[in-house]
Amino acid sequence: MKTSAPDHADAFRQAILPHLDGAYNLARYVTRDAVLSEDVVQDAVLRAYRAFGQFRGGSPRAWLFAIVRNCSRTAMQGRRGTVSLVVNESALSDEAVAEVGNHADPSPSPEEEFSRKQDVERVRSAIEAIPEPFREAVVLRDLEGLSYAEIADVTDVAVGTVMSRLSRGRAMLAKELLPPRKEEDEQSRSVK
Amino acid sequence: MPACADQEMLLTGLVDGELDAANSALVEAHLARCDGCREELERIQAVRALLGGRGVRHKLPDALAQRIAALPELSPARPPRRLPGWLAPGVAGALAASLLMVTLLPPGNQSVVDQELVSDHVRSLQPGHLTDVQTTNQHIVKPWFNGKIDFSPPVPELADAGFPLAGGRLDSLDGKTVAALVYHRRLHTVNLFVWPEAGRSERSFAKDGFSVREWSRDGLRFAAVSDIPAAELAQFQALFVQRSG
Repeated sequence: MKTSAPDHADAFRQAILPHLDGAYNLARYVTRDAVLSEDVVQDAVLRAYRAFGQFRGGSPRAWLFAIVRNCSRTAMQGRRGTVSLVVNESALSDEAVAEVGNHADPSPSPEEEFSRKQDVERVRSAIEAIPEPFREAVVLRDLEGLSYAEIADVTDVAVGTVMSRLSRGRAMLAKELLPPRKEEDEQSRSVK
Repeated sequence: MPACADQEMLLTGLVDGELDAANSALVEAHLARCDGCREELERIQAVRALLGGRGVRHKLPDALAQRIAALPELSPARPPRRLPGWLAPGVAGALAASLLMVTLLPPGNQSVVDQELVSDHVRSLQPGHLTDVQTTNQHIVKPWFNGKIDFSPPVPELADAGFPLAGGRLDSLDGKTVAALVYHRRLHTVNLFVWPEAGRSERSFAKDGFSVREWSRDGLRFAAVSDIPAAELAQFQALFVQRSG
């Protein structure tokens, strides 16, 4: 326990530096680009440092993550085209996976090749394939362990929206990663 | 059998321990009579277990960590002064002596850890700090820890013996991340901290009016902290050990 009031840099290091792993993880899943993520995190740390005087309590992690998220989005706009491309891609892969699941083919199939991949890679690419609002909610909750209130702060939406995005995001991941439900009826129970 | 559309979001909230008591009770009652929603709950938990698997989370590259640590803005405000040459041998000697002391001291300063146990307990009682996952359901608390810590604490149900489960959270002790299970006793709270550590002998002590009991089992160390009488805490320990079987 320190008795003297720590100065600005000390306070910043104590509040922010423990969350760099999480910051990098968030950047990786938002940008889906390892190189870009390094720039994003370094940039976010510098911005956070300059803005730290305005930090008024609350969760320093959520505060840092909000900055990382903004930096990620700015970086992606600078480097790439639009977000709509992302959504189309994920819709495609969603269909592709459903298609694969429908064929019970004993010969070497994309499905088998898929399952031969390392589990981690499979989970990672499944996360990367879902649309951004769901992806960031799932990453913040299930990988970083933020509360709904913190996720609402980071992503600037209502807590109810957080719950709904998580619910849908996990449903998409369940569809990709888990065996189909017993007696699942694809027609009547599509992921809303 | 499909899950009920009107329950899907509530199931998510339940798994995350983000529902208030009334909604938790409603969903848990619904789960008791709906196979489809129970299956959906298992699927949500299965997905969470996959997401929490080792390696899914990207780790900060060492090179980036070093680059950030070296940013001039973040370097310590008071850079260490260069030592005059004549002082250096003395300092080296002092350093060697203190290193020797560190190696001779028992691992972890026991009284500091004891104090931290009590402080963690007190801090957890502040509003909003007690549980990260709030539910009376042991099957939600246990998987909640998956991927957050690299060990799996037992979470027995003790409600019938007067210690209802209230939830769990992560806490830190002696620089390590530990699991904290929260049980209630009447209006009191029992925090049970769990971390991996080779077996040590049981001990119990009182500090600042709180009772503490520690024991080891299956490579895990348990420390229960509460303001209930020491005899009741002993009873808690006995029950917990017996039901973890």
